[in-house]
Amino acid sequence: MKKWKILAAAAALALASGVAQAADKLKVGFVYVGPIGDHGWSYQHDQGRLAIEKALGDKVKTSYLEKVPEGPDAERALERLVRSGHKLIFATSFGYMDTVLKVAKRHPDVKFEHATGYKRAKNVSTYSSRFYEGRYIIGRIAGKMSKKGMAGYIASFPIPEVVRGINAFLLGAQSVNPDFKIKVVWVNTWYDPGKEADAAKVLISQGTDIITQHTDSAAPMQVAAEKGVYAFGQASDMIKFGPKTQLTAIIDNWGPYYVKRAKAVLDGTWKSEDTWGGLKTGMVVMAPYTNMPDDVKKMAEETEAAIRDGKLHPFAGPIHDQEGKLRVKKGEVLSDQELLGMNWYVKGVDDKLPK
Amino acid sequence: MNGLEAFLLTVITASTPLLLAAIGELVVERSGVLNLGVEGMMVMGAVSAFAAAYATGNPWIGVVAGAAAGALLSLPFAFLTQTLATNQVATGLALTLLGLGLSGLLGEKFVGQPGVPLPKLDVPGLSDIPFLGPVLFGHDVLVYASFAFTAGVMWFLFRTRAGLVLRAIGVNHTAAHALGYPVVRVRYLAILFGGALAGLSGAYLSLSYTPQWIENMTSGRGWIALALVVFATWRPLRVLAGAYLFGAVWILGLYVQALGFGLPSQLLTALPYIVTIVALVVISRNRTLTLTNTPASIGIPFVPDR
Repeated sequence: MKKWKILAAAAALALASGVAQAADKLKVGFVYVGPIGDHGWSYQHDQGRLAIEKALGDKVKTSYLEKVPEGPDAERALERLVRSGHKLIFATSFGYMDTVLKVAKRHPDVKFEHATGYKRAKNVSTYSSRFYEGRYIIGRIAGKMSKKGMAGYIASFPIPEVVRGINAFLLGAQSVNPDFKIKVVWVNTWYDPGKEADAAKVLISQGTDIITQHTDSAAPMQVAAEKGVYAFGQASDMIKFGPKTQLTAIIDNWGPYYVKRAKAVLDGTWKSEDTWGGLKTGMVVMAPYTNMPDDVKKMAEETEAAIRDGKLHPFAGPIHDQEGKLRVKKGEVLSDQELLGMNWYVKGVDDKLPK
Repeated sequence: MNGLEAFLLTVITASTPLLLAAIGELVVERSGVLNLGVEGMMVMGAVSAFAAAYATGNPWIGVVAGAAAGALLSLPFAFLTQTLATNQVATGLALTLLGLGLSGLLGEKFVGQPGVPLPKLDVPGLSDIPFLGPVLFGHDVLVYASFAFTAGVMWFLFRTRAGLVLRAIGVNHTAAHALGYPVVRVRYLAILFGGALAGLSGAYLSLSYTPQWIENMTSGRGWIALALVVFATWRPLRVLAGAYLFGAVWILGLYVQALGFGLPSQLLTALPYIVTIVALVVISRNRTLTLTNTPASIGIPFVPDR
């Protein structure tokens, strides 16, 4: 009996000291929709978490919950992080949106950050990346590099984020080759290497000689390498999977933003806001331009610089949609509001948008 | 390469992992055991095959390691359900969860590393025949193994005495036990075989289908294999037909999209499941035949009276 008491006391002491120690540090929590081993979306968010640890050292303590499905499980995950003392929580998938707001309402003292969403509250910020800037660049490269003038696009789900990417890619390609075509295959998953590989094989057999993807695995890159066509990496640098295949990759770089927000909480300057960063803020980074002639490389670098400096907007008019209707007048650019809700294709997409 | 040839090649790669895992599970279920851990054993096979091939640079060692890992993971299932007579459904589900978690942990180092692909067999002369060459002879060894295992299992189950004993145990373990057949030992062997084939299926994924390792790379293929066995009413040839039908409709859906017919992609994604279920239900509509093929004691724990 006595032994138990001593043990219990020791445990209580350990707990108390743990809490005391944690109180000095800012506890930052992350919720990922996929496994950090996906080498794609969740992996890159975790790289951002590690960037916080590196930059802020012993002022912070980070932890994460991975493979959290969107829905009731997400609420439990967020509550768990709140209860264990996390004061800044990053929810890194679109589908967590309503759950984040619900939990945030119950805990006004905790700051929440929701990736790719559009609903904010006093203690909920939203943030996303302008990946379409990168897609415009790779579209231009594809326009130059494709002999057949036709690229294959492996798409995940018909949400504005993905539709915007398809449009930006095609506008980029058409800016150097007006007759450029793309074939789109929707795989209805973010993450299934086998199916992504199948889609790449199908697209290549249909005559496309450049593959680009809005899914997470490097499987399409491997297929492209095997079949001898070019491809673009997605989310992270995939050059290892196609040393002679990858032209460049659009890299999600969350680190700078995450460090900034954690610092803001430490300084007491954190407030609810919406951040949509791109090449300029370093949230979108292009992998080295490889496997292309020098003039194409130069064009890609110039395009990147022009977008970064604000001289070039991928969605500058005139832009017509699939039905030929003028959507953006000459001399105007599409507003952020319209970009965020994009649900139409630009002229030249060989696909009907799934409703 | 013409269109039909490319289509068939893609279908073969999509169907092979399903066939391998399903044929293994068929033997398990014919012996009267329901192992819902296929997905877990498959994903462990995938990570072990990748790791072994990566470490040694030899994909053949990877193949062996994949099968061994699947069999090894099925051992605790066999011990729990056969020796300790636990609930097979719960134990099988636990096995899947264990496999998914453990493989993620073991594979952490390998994420983002390209794997060692399994070489395709090249039969001099035969591989060069137009159309037939690549479709029949241009595959890696696991594709042929999936067919060999299907034929072997058919022969074993329906042409050998041991196969008859295994089926008898699956139909009525009490009667088989009363006749002196070693129910538990036979089931142990069947479970190990099923585990090895699930592991082999995983090895196919990480060495041939997509030579890389990422967490959860099986993406539910183990569950599809499980469903195929039941809908095929435990007949090997129907499992083969089901796996290839599923693979064909799966790939066809991608083709239809690439051709730009404008059919909803959600429907095309659901189509392989719908078509396979309907087709297998239709071919299994003979009730008597279905009942004679159903292992009646499936999922029921058996405790021998000593």
